[in-house]
Amino acid sequence: MYAQMIKTAGTGVKSPEEMTEEERKFQARVDANEKIEPKDWMPDDYRATLIRQIGQHAHSEIVGQLPEGNWITRAPTLERKAILLAKVQDEAGHGLYLYCAAETLGVSRDELTEDLLSGKMKYSSIFNYPTLTWADIGAVGWLVDGAAIMNQVPLQRTSFGPYSRAMIRICKEESFHQRQGYDIMMKMARGTEAQKRMAQDAINRLWYPSLMMFGPSDKESVHSGQSMAWRIKINTNDELRQKFVDQTVPQAEYLGLTIPDENLKWNEERGHYDFSEPDWKEFFDVLKGNGPCNTDRLTARQEAWSDGKWVRDAMLAHARKKAAAKVAAE
Amino acid sequence: MKNEWPLWEVFIRGQHGMSHRHVGSLHAPDAEMAIKNARDVYTRRNEGVSIWVVEARHIAASSPSDKGPLYEPSESKVYRHPTFFDIPDEVGAM
Amino acid sequence: MTRDEALFEFCLRMGDSTLVLGHRVSEWCGHAPVLEEDIALANTALDLIGQTQLWLGLAGEVEGKGRDADQLAFLRDAWDFRNLLLTEVPNGDFGRTLMRQFLFDAWHSVYLARLLKSSDKRIADIAEKASKEVAYHLERSADTVVALGDGTEESHQRMEAALAYLWPYVGEMFAGDAVDAAMAEAGIAPDPAGLREEYDALVGRVLAEATLEMPESRFAHKGGRNGAMHTEHLGHILTQMQWLQRAYPGASW
Repeated sequence: MYAQMIKTAGTGVKSPEEMTEEERKFQARVDANEKIEPKDWMPDDYRATLIRQIGQHAHSEIVGQLPEGNWITRAPTLERKAILLAKVQDEAGHGLYLYCAAETLGVSRDELTEDLLSGKMKYSSIFNYPTLTWADIGAVGWLVDGAAIMNQVPLQRTSFGPYSRAMIRICKEESFHQRQGYDIMMKMARGTEAQKRMAQDAINRLWYPSLMMFGPSDKESVHSGQSMAWRIKINTNDELRQKFVDQTVPQAEYLGLTIPDENLKWNEERGHYDFSEPDWKEFFDVLKGNGPCNTDRLTARQEAWSDGKWVRDAMLAHARKKAAAKVAAE
Repeated sequence: MKNEWPLWEVFIRGQHGMSHRHVGSLHAPDAEMAIKNARDVYTRRNEGVSIWVVEARHIAASSPSDKGPLYEPSESKVYRHPTFFDIPDEVGAM
Repeated sequence: MTRDEALFEFCLRMGDSTLVLGHRVSEWCGHAPVLEEDIALANTALDLIGQTQLWLGLAGEVEGKGRDADQLAFLRDAWDFRNLLLTEVPNGDFGRTLMRQFLFDAWHSVYLARLLKSSDKRIADIAEKASKEVAYHLERSADTVVALGDGTEESHQRMEAALAYLWPYVGEMFAGDAVDAAMAEAGIAPDPAGLREEYDALVGRVLAEATLEMPESRFAHKGGRNGAMHTEHLGHILTQMQWLQRAYPGASW
């Protein structure tokens, strides 16, 4: 999940009696699966929550460029290099689409960026883990993109039009990401002893952080209830996590890799795999800024932003001069 | 002074002679760079053969509250659709 | 030197330049001043990597020793590389990267235009594909150089500094040698010295618009195209680029 622990604004789901006339009409449109468009009336809390959620999603995409970007210059073949670069470029594109969707709600990309850089807004916990070997690039595509897709596919049906359209485009582009990751894993799992070791090491390190991507259980959360009533959250975190585990276990078996969980077992009665919860203390530590890469990731983004200022300013200054000269000539 | 590049709306015409379609937005310092950025951002998968950009603030939009008066009157003009007319099968394709 | 040996060298020169520059440009991914530029730079790098596959693929074919593009890219040491020195210098700031790109694109476009008429169809075909990509690279890098040269006082100074740093690496593009003579004689590729005038006119036009002065010095660092003496930077590029292939010989990725 690229949007985690989004605090829903407001006091929770209101009954129709508690709602104003406008709120009732709005909720009826959402319930009828109509899309809400930027100029339509919407509750302030809906707007505020969406800005948080879409903004965090966008931040995750661009911070997510960094762990994978870490291997672009070390990719082992020309084809792998091109594929990885195209994939990381897609993440930049997805960040861009999402920032634009957020901008329709009346916040600028610069404002969102500043909130990311100041630490006021968060990005997904997963990107605070390092990519240490080439197998990590495979595992990130397979597990991390796999987990993201679980969330993004249903979000194509979200109630806010620009968010929904961005997700449709993102899902379409993203369909190759998980496959390229699995393709790397297949090569590694069938490769030399060292490659197999690398692949197993990658899943050992990235399995639980991938499960954390869905966030802690939110079955009882009033915030989630409101977000689900607004259809900006479609499934509970536990539903998606279960779906991810069920889908991933057979894929790991096919690779001959072991998922690092002794309690992992098919439960005939439930029709699902039983599995161990990740260490939620570690999750909250990472969220607080104490993951292995938090400081490096944020520093990289801060440097890109501050080192790029003169470029952004100069290109705008040139455009203004050109426009002024054109007006003067007319 | 606030120095954020203006927002542009991007319209792309695909391969098959269809009209330009809104595909998304981006930031650029001016129209020329907006077209270049649109090429780099929105045609990475061979999506288009022609790009239009327009600065977002120049787009005039209909008001959502006018939805009823603007669009509902056409709902009753069913005779504008070919399916309104029953043509016997023996006449052939029409 | 047989004709095929010269042709092999020629293909390495083309492919190594696109390989090394593509590597440099890809270093920006995730770090550019604005998302739109990040995406655009990645497109340029992707084009260059694609061109590398074609040039080094042809080099391996011409050599006839069963080496493919990957083996040539990942298993040669620095002294066997034939890229222009310009492509291996560090990125510096965004302005220097774009100035380097422009100086390279201008040469690349002039050179590829001649290769379209190469007597070797394989080369004309690669040039056909690459020249369309490079026409766009040039348009974009030239526009950016103009904007940054003209933009603000700070950007102007930075672009001046970038040009001063990079200019001594321009001359190498036009210093012909025996390989070039053999290629010219066979009608495969032009004599690079003959392209300087066209290049200077193109670069001069853009620099003038960018309010930057074209340096007068013709001093040129050389040694990349013939492998005689690279900069210290190339070794570090290869240390990264070739790491996996070197550390795990024979593995398939």
